[in-house]
Amino acid sequence: MTLEVRNLRVSFGQRTVVAIDALDLGDGEILGLVGESGSGKSITSLSIIGLARSLGATVSGSIKLDGRELTTLGEREWRELRGDRIAMIFQAPISSLNPVMRVGDVFVRALRLHGASRAQARDRARRAMEEVVLSPQLLARYPHQLSGGQAQRVAIAMAVALRARVLLADEPTSALDVTVQAEILSLIGRMRLEEGISVLFVSHDLAVVAGLCDRVAIMRAGQIVESGATAATLRAPATEYGRELIAAVPRLGDAHA
Amino acid sequence: MLEVADLIVRYGPVTAVDGVSLTVPDGPFGFGLVGESGSGKTTLGRALVRLVPAAAGTVAYDGQDVLRARGEALRRYRRAVQIVFQDPDSTLDPRMRVGAAVAEGLNAHRIVARDQVRARVASLLQEVGLEPEFAQRLPHQLSGGQRQRVAIARALAVQPALIVLDEPTSALDVTVQARVLALIGELREQRSLSYLLISHNLAVVEQLCERTAVLYLGQVVEEGETALLLGTPAHPYTQALRAAVPDLETGLPTPAPRPQPVDAGGDHAPDDDGAARLHRDHPGGCPFHPRCPLAVDRCRSERPPLREVAGRRVACHRAEEALASPTVAVGSDTAD
Repeated sequence: MTLEVRNLRVSFGQRTVVAIDALDLGDGEILGLVGESGSGKSITSLSIIGLARSLGATVSGSIKLDGRELTTLGEREWRELRGDRIAMIFQAPISSLNPVMRVGDVFVRALRLHGASRAQARDRARRAMEEVVLSPQLLARYPHQLSGGQAQRVAIAMAVALRARVLLADEPTSALDVTVQAEILSLIGRMRLEEGISVLFVSHDLAVVAGLCDRVAIMRAGQIVESGATAATLRAPATEYGRELIAAVPRLGDAHA
Repeated sequence: MLEVADLIVRYGPVTAVDGVSLTVPDGPFGFGLVGESGSGKTTLGRALVRLVPAAAGTVAYDGQDVLRARGEALRRYRRAVQIVFQDPDSTLDPRMRVGAAVAEGLNAHRIVARDQVRARVASLLQEVGLEPEFAQRLPHQLSGGQRQRVAIARALAVQPALIVLDEPTSALDVTVQARVLALIGELREQRSLSYLLISHNLAVVEQLCERTAVLYLGQVVEEGETALLLGTPAHPYTQALRAAVPDLETGLPTPAPRPQPVDAGGDHAPDDDGAARLHRDHPGGCPFHPRCPLAVDRCRSERPPLREVAGRRVACHRAEEALASPTVAVGSDTAD
């Protein structure tokens, strides 16, 4: 198991926002973590990558990456681990890039932090851009000169360049147009096939999860109410909430207008 | 009946709505307006209720000119045609109680006598599924779905015949969205309403609209009966949109081909979320040709007019070929 979460409790003051007894992400697996706003899915992924405490949350329980306990790591150890082993992409890809740095410089700085020489960093950045089907010329641009889809590809390229094994993707296509979304989803699927990365895909969109994820876990009020193989879970949800959530998704092809 | 002809809206040098013609019949009727960011769908909706000025073209409601209406004629139009926005937070005054917000229109248009206002507010709230007690609440005491219900009650207060619904459920969770969509369907029958439903979600439009127009870079590229248009789209852009919708049962949309990296020529700075806008400054021809797999020389030079093909209107020189063999257009964000 690549990622093992046990008895995770995340709280802000007296309020517990996440109470997950067990969540596993296998090697090369794509796991969908779905739920409505306030269900705790985003704070779960932030806890896994060690960023929840900086938001003032109290985190307890165990999160293991390849057997190594993450919850007790210090900030210095986290800096080495983030990117190198585990990376995260966000809903607003442009605002997660440094606005005053050219895209290429963001790459070089991140890669050098992880031990690459300047020349190696440039080379790996170019190759990673080609990997996500972007022109290396975009490395000379500033984040605001990218479209939303391009910026999300850059974020994925960054994870690829750093050779992250686990990608946490928090609503990575929610801000994108549907045709661009389709391309980013197929890119994430390809990264899994070609690079063998594991992906925790956080989303409110069940239809997106249906196409991409091997397994799905449905969250509500901080808890996982059910989980299982994606197709089986979406076809025959075991809980009342799962049924309600799935029934609410508007679908093409069953109109009655 | 709302009739729009050759409507043009410009923001400075940008033509946001570029010669749109469409007709929304009397209710009960749903007309869907779909397109991606930068397609001009929101601008078109706002121009119809005169929140942004039109540069050219005509809008007529029941045969009366709308764009040049003043005084009493404008007042009548404002009562007949209402708008509901995506984000109810920005339309409700945070310091005004729900009851007062709903009563505003009742008073402004003297819909009922003063002593009847309170009772009418209660019945409007009930109509949108809120208890009369909600009249005492402030917007921040409501959930997103409840706020959108209040916005709808506010629009209904003046007894409009047509409502422009601009992405009314896009900011809502899916279970809340389902209930608001059901409400729209009920109101349409009970009040014999017609609406222009602006959405990026094809499934929502399919559920609630008899006719649909697809906008791309400010132009209608395809328009017709919703079932026909989404079932067998004829424009390569409608086909691309349709193919990109993830499906809960079958999984991924038609996998997009892996495009080759394209050199980033040009020095224009594309807008954040408007992938389509990358191509806005191309000269002449069909607006979709830079992304279209069927594009030929003619598409680069000659803007295709809307014409009747297989029971719908479509603006494509090659609509017959597109219908015969649907293809998936190359995405816009890699190929600028």
